[in-house]
Parts: sequence; structure tokens; C-alpha cells
Amino acid sequence: MKALRFERKPVKYAAAAVAGRVVPGRGATVGPLSLRDVDEPALPADGWVRFRPRLAGICGSDLATIDGRSSRYFEPIVSFPFVPGHEVVGELDDGSRAVLVPVLTCATRDIDPPCRSCATGAINHCQRIAFGHLEPGLQSGFCKDTGGGWSTAMVAHSSQLVPVPDDLSDEAAVLVEPTACAVHAARMLGDATTVAVIGAGTLGLLTIAALRRYATVGTLVATAKHPEQRRLAKELGADRVVAPGELGRAVRSITGAFVLGDEQLTDGVECVVDCVGSAASIAQGLQVVEPGGEVLLVGMPGHTALDLTGLWHRESAIRGCYAYDRDDFDRALSLVAESGLDRLLSATYPLDRYTEAIEHAANAGTRGAVKIAFDLRNERRR
Amino acid sequence: MPRPGFVLDVDRSTPPILFHHGEGFRLEKLPAGRSRVLYPAEPLAALDDVDAAIRETLLHPLDSDPLPALLRPGMKLTIAFDDVSLPLPPMRRPDIRQRVIEAVLDMAAAAGVDDVHLIAALALHRRMTEDELRHAVGDRVYDAFAPQGALYNHDAEDPDNLAFLGTTDQGEEVEINKRAAESDLLIYVNINIVSMDGGHKSTATGLASYRSIKHHHNVRTMQHSTSFMDRHHSELHHSNWRMGEVIKNAGVKVFQIETTINNDTFGQSGPMSVLAKREWEWTGRDRATFVAMQAGLKRMKGSTRRKIFNGWQAPYGVTSVTAGAVDPVHERTLAHCFEQHLVEVEGQTDILTLGLPYICPYNVNSVMNPILVMCLGLGYFFNMYRGRPLVREGGVLIMTHPTPWEFHPVHHPSYIDFFEQVLADTTDPIEIEQRYEKQYAEDEWYRHLYRTSYAYHGVHPFYMWYWGAHALQHLGKVIIVGGDTRAVRRLGFKSASTLNDAFEMAEDVVGRHPTITHMKNPPILMADVT
Repeated sequence: MKALRFERKPVKYAAAAVAGRVVPGRGATVGPLSLRDVDEPALPADGWVRFRPRLAGICGSDLATIDGRSSRYFEPIVSFPFVPGHEVVGELDDGSRAVLVPVLTCATRDIDPPCRSCATGAINHCQRIAFGHLEPGLQSGFCKDTGGGWSTAMVAHSSQLVPVPDDLSDEAAVLVEPTACAVHAARMLGDATTVAVIGAGTLGLLTIAALRRYATVGTLVATAKHPEQRRLAKELGADRVVAPGELGRAVRSITGAFVLGDEQLTDGVECVVDCVGSAASIAQGLQVVEPGGEVLLVGMPGHTALDLTGLWHRESAIRGCYAYDRDDFDRALSLVAESGLDRLLSATYPLDRYTEAIEHAANAGTRGAVKIAFDLRNERRR
Repeated sequence: MPRPGFVLDVDRSTPPILFHHGEGFRLEKLPAGRSRVLYPAEPLAALDDVDAAIRETLLHPLDSDPLPALLRPGMKLTIAFDDVSLPLPPMRRPDIRQRVIEAVLDMAAAAGVDDVHLIAALALHRRMTEDELRHAVGDRVYDAFAPQGALYNHDAEDPDNLAFLGTTDQGEEVEINKRAAESDLLIYVNINIVSMDGGHKSTATGLASYRSIKHHHNVRTMQHSTSFMDRHHSELHHSNWRMGEVIKNAGVKVFQIETTINNDTFGQSGPMSVLAKREWEWTGRDRATFVAMQAGLKRMKGSTRRKIFNGWQAPYGVTSVTAGAVDPVHERTLAHCFEQHLVEVEGQTDILTLGLPYICPYNVNSVMNPILVMCLGLGYFFNMYRGRPLVREGGVLIMTHPTPWEFHPVHHPSYIDFFEQVLADTTDPIEIEQRYEKQYAEDEWYRHLYRTSYAYHGVHPFYMWYWGAHALQHLGKVIIVGGDTRAVRRLGFKSASTLNDAFEMAEDVVGRHPTITHMKNPPILMADVT
């Protein structure tokens, strides 16, 4: 079958890191990712089925991997070679469609009794992601045994599949997985009078939509770099959308804060949802969150150097926000349908044009796009 | 004998016309046969002996007892004076305010008055720095009063030092500086650089609070001031005059001293003098000076250029000093203003062009940000008319200015937010006023900066926008030539890289072969349009 495969090749990985720094997404041309003819993955055990991707999204974490920006933290919880792609809508042998819940939980690893987290439904906290009968992998798309969405065939455990209603298009369904991350963030946040969402890429925009649907938020201010992002952020529920460099002033104005020195605010928003995950965005989050407030990291951060004096002094908190549970996923399915989130899918590519696809995804904002995906529906080796 | 203002009909022999362009200049060829250029009058003759003229008017004021007769031991005397926004550019020392204040203080001292306060009547403008105060009142006055806390800036947000005096018959609240209101005599020393200044506006605005000022600094008032440079057809002034009546009825005794200066903005010699000359009268030396100046400015860093322009002090001559009761004094002052500024113009034009200079009332020693560009062009310059606007209704205004996306962070903090938040949302003055003014006016941080730093009041950028409301209502299109495209777009205007491009864009609105009028200002002129 045809698959994009990511191999453990340190020299190529280093080359991708250099290329990716020069042009985002360029790691795909020189790095350890390549289009191959490979055998379809074997079914690991009972309960696993063949799953044929129809659309598979390109996520920020995929881009970090391809451009050599991934943290070494992931080394013990991925296994090589793997086929990326964890935002997947596909079909089963009986022709029915499903979206993939990519988190590889105790159930998928045939671990019984399940870990404490899986037992309580917190599958994103699974404590056995490198154990059981599967090779290590926090999610499908990072595990050698499961394959991934950037191919014509992968395997999925029955617990990972959520049926897609007939009236939901593939273009909408492929947005369900990232939407579930946003829903998780919204439910974690709960209620807040003022919220700032940093970043208006896919995750930022979905988070705005999820906050409006599943949290009770008063004033929501968002940052967006590009005109299309600004438009969508407004459409999806942001009260005010500002350029990244304007956030401090916007929050000051919204909260009536005073300013110390050049940019330290005396007050801030109740919660910041950081959908970027860079050192700059986290620092900005800490700048604009109120004393005692929380910065929720939804975007995947990596190595980060930060001055945490303010965090200490203002007793603010940084909290991670990874993936989702099954409730989040079900809610995401509704949100995608109700809010017409398929509009965020900007372009699709066949696997053959993967370098273009990845460069487009890495530069989506500047090109007026949001989500880029691979379209496997017309691939010959289905 | 100075030559009066002049309207030049452009023909093929007309040389390129000098346009101000921020901290630089442009030479522009205007279409022959359908363009005209309005030139300001040459500087009127200055008073030979200013100090004698001051003394004369203080001893023989209009509709008032002589000043010495109003002064007595034990009285409370307050002298208010115009702030750093006047004149433009600042005048060479000694400033006329200093000369008048020294004369008043001499008389006060002779009368045994020892409770004297001097207040910079800055309304909602930024506070004046020590240097600026020293420049306005002179070192001797500053050193005698400031250390004792008797020379200071008005604070329109100090609830303990404001006095509510009542309301006008139209419900306008009048609240002014408490010290001024409770003084036995308030002497106001002004500089009437344009006809908008002075009269009851001096006290009713300069010493007022936001609560009071908002009654006339609003969109409705500005749209009904046609123009606000023509006091008798200006709702802005009608409102201030009503407030002046309340002030008078509340027992506040105002002794008004108004002064006018001539058009000697750039001097009669030196490199800047070429800016005041009519282009066809430029000598070879003038041309060489101009070319060298342009080349030098282009090579300089922006900060150096700004420093040079901000450092320019004009050698104005004082043309009148008039003291006494507010109304008669102001009428005489207006006559002096008009004598210097009015230029008779026959008929309106399809396109009005303006070369905007580096300075306006609110960026002295500061940055001319895009909001101030709008205010200078659509506020001050557009309103430089009596009778009818120079440009016809639905016509086009073309301005040249670099319009950088740049703000002075200390002087204009609320301008930055206004530009980023309000103008990103709407440029409609009425919507802006209804949706945003209160939030900015009552923002505690802006209030803090206005009171303790050197920031304009939080509401000030709104007033800048309202100042252009009449023009926005009147014009079909506004084009800025040579501006930062993003900033121009944020203002809601069109951007053009050359004047010819702008003319082509204007034809979409006014049709082919439109008439064009260029108002060459500064030096200041006011069109008397028939």
C-alpha cells in the first residue's frame, strides 16, 4: 500500500530541522519522511479492524515532527518507523465510515485491568502508552504497529472508532479529532468572565467555537495574524480579534488594568488559552492573565525558556491541556456539525504531492488557509 | 506693505508647487487650466513695542476697568494661559504669554496682591513639561511660582479641584477649575493663532472637566459647526458662549487678554524661509537651498529629521494685544486674525489638495500619528473656511503626508488603543461616539496617565475624530498621497503613491477634468468662499 512513512534517521532529522527553520514545512523534502510502498499493517489482536483513511488532516504536532522540532520527551512513547496521521475519517470493510479516536489506551493494548486513568475515562492520561502488546505510541500515527492516516490503510481498535452519521461529510468529519481537543479545553476552562485565546490557526479557531458552545465565557479576545483568521475568529465567537502584538493593550483596555514598566499589567483575563505553544505565546499568556489566573496550554509546546518571576509573584498557573476523553469526542462531533466547521478545511492533496501539502499546512495562515488534509479517496491502491 | 493672500490660476508656465509632506516636502505640478493655488498673506507688520502695547491695553481695556483698578491686597488672583498646543510651531523667546504675564504680575505686585496662581489651561491635553512651561511663561516667572506650587497644569480629573457652576439653558453642565472659579479675578492670557481660539472657549474649555467639555466636543456639535473657524456659525462656539454666560452668572470675573501673531512662521531668511515664498518668485539661491534641504532630509534618520523640525521656533511678530471683557476683546481679536488669514476665493472646487506639515496642535515635541493626520487635514485645514467649504459637497480631499503607523507611547497611549480597536471596527464618528467614548473617557489607567504622566486624556483621540466629522459628512472621498498604506486604510481613506494617481482615483467620484484647488498652508490662511 501507499504510505508516508517517518523513519528514525538522525542525520535526515537534523537536516529537516535546518530546512524547517528556513522555510516552515520544508523538512518534508529532506527529512526522514518519504512516500513508500509498504505492507499493510497486521491486525495486532482481536478487537482490531482494518481501517481505510478517506481524509487525514495535517496537525501542528505532525509539522513539528517533520520539521525536526519535536521534543525528545516523545522518544519513549513513539515507535519507528511510523506512518503519521491521527486526524482521520475512514471507512471499514463493511463500507461504514468512522472517525478515529487516536489515543492508544489500555483497551487498545489489551491491558486488563486498565490503568487508573483509563478506568475513570481519562484516556488521555493513560499510564500504559508504551506497554502491552503494541509498540510504544501515544496515539495512532505515532506507533509502528497501527499505521496512520497518511496512507491507504491502517488498523484501529474497535474502541477507537466513532461512527460518522450519514449526513456528515468527510470534510466535516476530519475536523472532529482536533475539535475534540478544543472541546476538552473548553470543558476544562468551564466559566470565565474574560478569556484570551492566543493563536487563530485550526486549534485556536476551534477553541473559540468550543468555548462559545461548551464553556460560559463573558468577553473573549483572540489574537490572529492573518485576515482570514481574523474573519473566522469573529465568525466563531470572538468578541475582539487583535494582532498578536496588540493583545497586551487589548487586555489592558478590557480589564481596566494599569501598566507597570513597558508591559506588565496589574490585572488581566481570568484565563488564557494558548493555542500556539511557543515561548513567546506562553510569556504573553502570563503577561495578560490576571493574578491567580490560569494559562491553558492547548498548543503543543517544546523546549521553552521563560521568566517565571511573574508566575510566582502573581500566583498564576500554567496548565497543560492534551487531547480529550470520549465525551469530548462525542461533543466535538455535534459541534462540527452544528457550527459548520467543515469551512475550516481549506485544501486537500493526494499523497503524491505530500511536500506541497505539508508546506501549505506549515504556511496556512499566510496563504489564507486553515486546515490542510490528505485526500485518500482516489488513491489507486485502496 | 505686506501682500495679501492670493489665488493663483495655474497655467502652463506655473512651476511645480511646494506641498508639505510631514517632515519633508514634495514639488507637485498641478493641471493647467483647471487648478488654482491659494497663497497665504505675507506677515502683517508686527507691533513696534509689544511691551508698551501690553501696558496700554491693560490700562485701557475694553468694557472693563483698568487692570490696576481690579487688583487689591488680599485678593485671590488666578492667571490662566494657553498651553503647549499654541502657537504652532512654538514661538521664539520671549513667548508672548511671558510678556503679558510679566506685565500683569508687575501690576499685581504694585497693588499688593500676593495670592497668585498660574495655571496652564490645557483642558484634556497632556501636561506641559517644565521646559515647556519655562518657555511659555519665562524662567523668572517659573522660578518665582513653580517651586511654591503656584504654577501648575490644570487637572480636569481632580474632583477636589473642580467647581460645578451650573447648567446652560440647553442643559450643558459647566464645571471648571476650582481655584479659577473661586478667585476674585481670573485673568486669561491667550494666543489666538487661528480664529477658533479664544473668547469664552478659553475658560469654558481650557479650564473645564470632561463632564463639561463633552457637551460641545461631540459629533453633533462638530457637524453643526460650519465651520468651527467661523465663531458665528460654529455650534462649538455657541455652546462655549452659553457656558461663558453661566460662568459669568456664577460670579466668576474674567479679564481676558488676547493676542495675535503674524504669519512669519518660517522667517524672512535662512533655509526655512523658502517655504513661505511663492514658487515663481524663488531665486536661484532659494532653489539651491530647497534642493539641498530635500537631499539632506532624505539622508537623515527619521528621528534626526523629527528632532530638527521639532526644534524649529518661529520668529512670529505680535500683531495685537487686547484686554478687557471677553466678548469685545474677542471680536477685535477675530478682526486681527481675519486680517492676516482670510483670502477671498470665488466658488468651490471639485478636489481640494492639502500638503500636511509635520506639526499640529497635539504633537508638539511628539509624533504626528495617523489620527492626528486625519484631524489636521479633515479637522483643522478643511475647516479653514468662512462661508462655504472650499471643496463642494461630495468632492474629494487629497492630502500628502507619510502617515506612519507610529505613536508616541507616553503622549498618546489611548490613541494607540483607539487606532487598534476602534478604527479596526468602524470609522463612523457617530458609532464611535456611541459605542466607545465612555469606556475610554472613564478608563482609570488613561486617567492616571493624564494626571500624573504626560498623556492626553483617554477621550482625546475621539475628539480628534469628531473634529473631522463635518468633513467626513461632506466629502465623497479622501485620499492620502505617500502614506503608509495600512495606516491610511485603517483611517478609512484611500492610498495613492503619486498625486497624479490620486487625481485619477478622484475622477471616479467627481468625474473627468475636475477643478482643483490647492490650499498652501502653512503659513496659515483661511478661505473666504463666496
